[in-house]
Amino acid sequence: MLKIGPYSFQSRLLLGTGKYPNYEIQKNAVEISEAEILTFAVRRMNIFEPSQPNFLELLEPSKYTLLPNTAGAKTAEEAVRIAKLAKASGLCDMIKVEVIGCDKTLLPDPVETLKATEELVKEGFIVLPYTSDDVVLARKLQELGCHAIMPGASPIGSGQGIINPVNLSFIIEQAEVPVIVDAGIGSPADAALAMELGADGVLLNTAVAAAKDPVKMAKAMKLAIEAGRLGFEAGRMKKKRYATASSPKEGMITG
Amino acid sequence: MKVTLNGESVQLPEHITFVSDVLKHYNIHEKIVVVEVNGKILSRLEHENTRLADNDRIEIVHFVGGG
Repeated sequence: MLKIGPYSFQSRLLLGTGKYPNYEIQKNAVEISEAEILTFAVRRMNIFEPSQPNFLELLEPSKYTLLPNTAGAKTAEEAVRIAKLAKASGLCDMIKVEVIGCDKTLLPDPVETLKATEELVKEGFIVLPYTSDDVVLARKLQELGCHAIMPGASPIGSGQGIINPVNLSFIIEQAEVPVIVDAGIGSPADAALAMELGADGVLLNTAVAAAKDPVKMAKAMKLAIEAGRLGFEAGRMKKKRYATASSPKEGMITG
Repeated sequence: MKVTLNGESVQLPEHITFVSDVLKHYNIHEKIVVVEVNGKILSRLEHENTRLADNDRIEIVHFVGGG
């Protein structure tokens, strides 16, 4: 069970909703993933072409918790505005704080992320900041009262997987709120590793949306996250430098 | 009435008085949208009773796919 603020979820996979080939594939991917939390971005509506379909309208609203992001914000002030716009929909009170500080790497601006988190916690949001894998920053976000910490595995949409598992595990060990590995996951192995490190969840988008078969990949991610979590709970064996036979040494019929 | 709607200068028809009229005019009153007028974010209930005036800055936003 994944608990974020007042909410509880069976699934530990949080799925992004961008960049799918089409809505049908996306809908099938979302369904098979069994994700309960879906992220969205907030954008100006193209009101001059109102007939354009919207993915949100195709979903059964009671089945999902929306996690809007503040993507597009470069300052805390902009992030807070986007968060308030999202909440005014009346559909959600969770917010993924995403304040980008570098266009090329899409890495977060730590100072503005802290400021936005502080303000949004005060405003009563359930706040999930996207952050770099900095241990001290994660602790400070937690001290501000955020409801989950979302360190990136590697740059957004890069699919490079977990670049620094040591930092991630430091964050996980110190955290008292859920840690959701967000951004950079490329394959089921990456997602499973995040969970084996002890993450409480994984947020991914491009890994599914840009797969050759997004629906199959959505299922693979679901299974990988479940397997990784079970592996973490089971507690892996210690690594040894040399071999240890699994078969008994007694009663050998040779030699 | 002339307003700035999502960054574009727009001449609205005369019958438009409230924010809800704008949404109906563009046939988006049944869609999930959030409206901001001159920097003030409106709840859905406020669409009905928020009057518009010349030179208002209106933003109409919605949820799109994102990660």
